[in-house]
Amino acid sequence: MSPPALPAAFPPEAKARLDKLRPLYPTERALLLPALHLAQKHWGGWLPEEAILAVAAELALPPAEVYGVVTFYDLYHERPVGRHRIRVCTNVPCMLRGSAEVMQTLGEALGVEEGEVTADGRCSYVHFECLGACEQAPMMMVDDRYHGWLDAEKVKKIVEGLD
Amino acid sequence: MPNIGFLGEPVLLKNVGKPAALTVDGYRQGGGYQALAKALAMQPAAVIDMVKASGLRGRGGAGFPTGNKWSFVPKEAKQKYLTVNADESEPGTFKDRVLMEEDPHQLIEGSAICCWAVGATVCYIYIRGEYVEAGDILERAIEEAYAKGILGKDVLGSGFELDMVVHRGAGAYICGEETGLLESLEGKRGQPRVKPPFPAVVGAFGMPTVINNVETLCCVTHILDRGPEWFKAIGTDERNTGPKLYAVSGHVEKPGTYEVPIGITFQELLDLCGGMWRGPSGDGPARQLKAFIPGGASAPVLTAADRHIKLDFDTLAKAGTMLGSAAVMVMDETASMLQVAKRSAKFFNHESCGQCTPCREGTNWLEVLLTHAAHGEATTQEVDLVPQVAKQIGGNSLCALGDAAMMGVGPIVEKFRDEILAEVRAAATHAHGNGNGRRAALPVLQGA
Ligand SMILES: Cc1cc2nc3c(=O)[nH]c(=O)nc-3n(C[C@H](O)[C@H](O)[C@H](O)COP(=O)(O)O)c2cc1C
Ligand code: SF4
Ligand code: FES
Repeated sequence: MSPPALPAAFPPEAKARLDKLRPLYPTERALLLPALHLAQKHWGGWLPEEAILAVAAELALPPAEVYGVVTFYDLYHERPVGRHRIRVCTNVPCMLRGSAEVMQTLGEALGVEEGEVTADGRCSYVHFECLGACEQAPMMMVDDRYHGWLDAEKVKKIVEGLD
Repeated sequence: MPNIGFLGEPVLLKNVGKPAALTVDGYRQGGGYQALAKALAMQPAAVIDMVKASGLRGRGGAGFPTGNKWSFVPKEAKQKYLTVNADESEPGTFKDRVLMEEDPHQLIEGSAICCWAVGATVCYIYIRGEYVEAGDILERAIEEAYAKGILGKDVLGSGFELDMVVHRGAGAYICGEETGLLESLEGKRGQPRVKPPFPAVVGAFGMPTVINNVETLCCVTHILDRGPEWFKAIGTDERNTGPKLYAVSGHVEKPGTYEVPIGITFQELLDLCGGMWRGPSGDGPARQLKAFIPGGASAPVLTAADRHIKLDFDTLAKAGTMLGSAAVMVMDETASMLQVAKRSAKFFNHESCGQCTPCREGTNWLEVLLTHAAHGEATTQEVDLVPQVAKQIGGNSLCALGDAAMMGVGPIVEKFRDEILAEVRAAATHAHGNGNGRRAALPVLQGA
């Protein structure tokens, strides 16, 4: 990673939130996951290099340490994602109730492969491990919301409803 | 409202579907926060004794006696913590989500009681990042609890000071392992630590820390409220006590969260769930049971012949499996056990943190072998290699994920060997038309 001339600043709303959390933790480093969540929201759902540098500067951590944490967790993205992010659970309970059909329907409805972003930047979708809502199998997560008891029709409707 | 069911009186799930309980006043109307008041009037040691007397064992997976765990925390330490394990990422498990979304104050109350008992003044609720809604609900409930004097400088006027904060994970099963969780809480990669020292002595930020599952702490609320004798009277025996949540998924008519006395038999639980699935149209005949996994993807599979087994810690351990997180996954006659084994192997491979060679390489091999098998490209010896590889992982790794991979994958292949070999042959016939299950060269698994 070659650092840009001026690293982008950590957004002020996010800074304010961190300031509220700071007294609850004995180390600055403990704020790293919250800071990355805030940064990812600010930077459009993923963490470009400037976001990582901004977080590193905010918490006075080496960028490499921040990067190492980013790569460990499935919810942090190092590449651009769609404006809407779809995560389809394909673990055993959802598999037993038809997650393959959900994946297939998404591929057809969006016309892209898993992990790719649609040309208009609207959507991307990936398979995911158990999302903790197996009673609604098959299910998926669209941005922050869970959608369960899916079938091909429902999946198409949900996708059509995204702006 | 989530799908739920009961046998007997609902205790843990009594506020499900009652939005009033999301507020402090609504929760109080159902008797809420009396248990905390009672605890604060007792000596901390007496609270621990009460939890010990109840026989409560941890609901997160290992079934460790909760009161004992609390008593390991050194009294003299200056700073102590409680970390609530709300990572809930064991495949098949969703009960904690229901508890947090429907009754956040029940968890706040149980957690506050634990903090008083062990002398912790900060409580981190480590919740998996995907549970955005549950995290938001908890944050709102905590904020109100501060405003009403239940948290903060002077808990219920007792002089006890307690802070509570929701800490969101970022998608990693291993952060449910207690020391992986601590690393993650500290802002690091969630790679488990060597034990000992145990977290009760050296935990979060180097300080003594109790780590308990969401449901465990919810039980504490009711133990204080109704007494240990009441809790002990429910269940199989004095080692398997209390009400228990079972998260039932897969091929049953009504998957959901069921609150029943611990030790219910699988068949009784299945009946509560409306029996076996009738298919997507809902009007077919109920299908036949083939297999079930009693405690999440980490637990060895059982077969239809085991349907009358009691689902408690000790009975399941004796049968070579475990209660784990009580995530009961049910498979009917149409389920492909090869696909189930392959999917679980893929899960463990993806989630292995990579620190230990047996776990990192072994889970990869499990996925490779089973992927080949599913493509009809494995020999009988390669299928038989699956349980052998699995046994090389378990017991040779740092944390229990390695054991989980062994238990969750190997027994499926052992118990359903003939069926799996037939599936491999069928896949080979389909792919190559020769049906002998042999292939030219071992393909390399992408991303492996
Ligand atoms: C790989 C792995 C994942 C785990 N995930 C969870 C989890 O999501 N939630 C949980 O409560 N316990 C989980 N556990 C168990 C914890 O390590 C720990 O035993 C538990 O949180 C202790 O709480 P309890 O005594 O109340 O059960 C996991 C263990 C392992 C090895
Ligand atoms: S057993 Fe696996 S998950 Fe656990 S510490 Fe070792 S490599 Fe990581
Ligand atoms: S397996 Fe899909 S939510 Fe659990």
